[in-house]
Amino acid sequence: MKHERILLGHGGGGALTRELIAQCFLPALQNPLLQPLDDSAVLTVAGQRLAFTTDSYVVQPRFFPGGDIGKLAVCGTVNDLAMQGAEPLWLSLSFILEEGLPLADLKRIVDSIRVTAASVGVTVVTGDTKVVERGHCDGLFINTAGIGRIVANEPPGSARVPPGDAVILNGFLGEHGVAVLSQREGIGFSTRVTSDCAPLWPLVKLILETGAEVHAMRDPTRGGLAAAVCDIAHAAGVGIRLDERALPINREVQGACDLLGLDPLTIANEGKFLLFCPASQADRVLAAMRQHPLGKDARVIGEVVDKPKGMVLLRTTIGGERIIDLPTGEDLPRIC
Amino acid sequence: MKTLVQRIKQLAAEVGRDVQFMEVCGTHTMAAFRSGLPRLLPDSVRLISGPGCPVCVTDTNYIDAAIALCRRPDVIVATFGDLVRVPGSESSLEQERAAGATVRIVYSPSNALALARECPAKQVVFLGIGFETTAPTVAWSIWKAAKDGLANYSVLCAHKTMPHAMEALLKDHAVKIDGFMCPGHVSVITGAQLYRFICEEYRIPCVVSGFEPWDMLKTIAMLLAQVAEGRAEVEVEYSRSVSEQGNQAAQRLMDEVFEECDVSWRGIGTIPRSGLQLRPQYAAFDAAHRLGMRFSEARVHPGCRCGDVLRGVLTPPACQLFGTACTPLHPFGPCMVSAEGTCAAYFKYEKRAAA
Repeated sequence: MKHERILLGHGGGGALTRELIAQCFLPALQNPLLQPLDDSAVLTVAGQRLAFTTDSYVVQPRFFPGGDIGKLAVCGTVNDLAMQGAEPLWLSLSFILEEGLPLADLKRIVDSIRVTAASVGVTVVTGDTKVVERGHCDGLFINTAGIGRIVANEPPGSARVPPGDAVILNGFLGEHGVAVLSQREGIGFSTRVTSDCAPLWPLVKLILETGAEVHAMRDPTRGGLAAAVCDIAHAAGVGIRLDERALPINREVQGACDLLGLDPLTIANEGKFLLFCPASQADRVLAAMRQHPLGKDARVIGEVVDKPKGMVLLRTTIGGERIIDLPTGEDLPRIC
Repeated sequence: MKTLVQRIKQLAAEVGRDVQFMEVCGTHTMAAFRSGLPRLLPDSVRLISGPGCPVCVTDTNYIDAAIALCRRPDVIVATFGDLVRVPGSESSLEQERAAGATVRIVYSPSNALALARECPAKQVVFLGIGFETTAPTVAWSIWKAAKDGLANYSVLCAHKTMPHAMEALLKDHAVKIDGFMCPGHVSVITGAQLYRFICEEYRIPCVVSGFEPWDMLKTIAMLLAQVAEGRAEVEVEYSRSVSEQGNQAAQRLMDEVFEECDVSWRGIGTIPRSGLQLRPQYAAFDAAHRLGMRFSEARVHPGCRCGDVLRGVLTPPACQLFGTACTPLHPFGPCMVSAEGTCAAYFKYEKRAAA
């Protein structure tokens, strides 16, 4: 059954998103800078390499345990730059506001943007405001762009990951998605899980300062860990083997996922990232990461192998093995 | 875990022939694939998937009816998420939603009931599918709507019950079944006594299983032990949740609202007494009755073999459409859509590993 309209799943960061990019955007807009499809484009201006990224934020509800749409917008954009080994410098912010939005909400969000941006040393240097009629957007949407200065010697990129690399993750999975879901109308369960939403640049900076060879970094946002590792395996033409026993998932996140029929590996994170470096350098990277609060639970979760190319395999807790596949689109809750 | 696998190997050697156990429940199918469990079993022990994915056994004409309903401007269709991507004859609820229909995903019938209270000008129709696990909460919503005189809530009912479907597979003889891994969640409601007739009349071992990988391994060991000793009994591995008599309050509620009926299972055909319909005194809450729905003849893709997959006759890769024309992204049949569908589980966790 072919799709003739945009479905919600096209925004899920999984296979449907990949299909939309391949069939709609790339044929029209293809160029060498866009081609890597990494978190940021790498541009060279007068000998200086810059990372340039854009993102939009439509999270519902706007305020959730551990953050809000404003903090999320800054963190998400900064993180996309950091994943390219770039120090975030400047942000743009565009607000699309719905008629009737309480001004107090907007002020609270802008204040959160101010605090988050200051904490990571990034400046909002341009912006725009549009207001649409009531009912034409859900409160507010935020669009951002970010520019950063690449400090890594060779900019990390998904295609650079070779067999023999270790796969490192900085902490527990699924917290953002579960925290947001717990607040959603019609689901509303109570949990102590808070969003992991955080700017990753300070941690990435510590890693780059060790001089370790970082081949790629990727923050597993929409589509979760599953989408991120599948993308890397696909882009680099390598196999990835993960160990389920090494995957950090706390009991509350696992419980919420079981209840809702979701897979924690496909749930969005906003303060986590995967790092690929030679296995021989993993200890050095881990030692640096553990200096920082966001890296205290860092660990090796798997390895990059030659074959099977483009595939991710998981060694399960009971010693079985299974594929980790790109999520399709929207998660389907279980019905029995 | 290692000792359980060892024990299974020993027992399989004692049995000394190939055996096939059917996991009836879709949640077991998914749990097995997610944990990589099939690869830990000796070659002589095979798990086959049964008809326990509620979305998968729902007939295409039911999806068509739901689509016809959601196209009506006066109707809001409320459904569990699994159903929205299932293809009907021409379309799916997901595609109808993109085209402007009002289709709301809910996590419980009580959400649908709340929706009906919020939108008095609309008819809210809940898509009632599933087994004994989901039927009690749907029964409650109907009972509550009747009690409160809520005139804009109804259920498009296609609930099914497990035991007669299991019996139909045994009578069918198309697939050899040496034992049933019985659904834990269903049994919490019904109690383990439900399966007794299968042991007594058909001499097939039944073990009610939990959903953790070690539950399932233990269940397989218990089934093998029964086969080795020539026993056919109902045993409960999932004893932390399942009692002999089940949840009697839930059973009473189901009995108050529903009565048995013959119902068509996708790919299996009509199984007598395996469905639930609203009792005449609740007919006003039957969406088909209230909104004058008729179930029409469905158009099923000629190559789709979901029916054979559901009976355990065919493994997904043996279907010509599997992985080529039919993928989770562009599914033809329901077994590729639901997270608990056998084809989806195969595709997601096993597809290329087999090649």
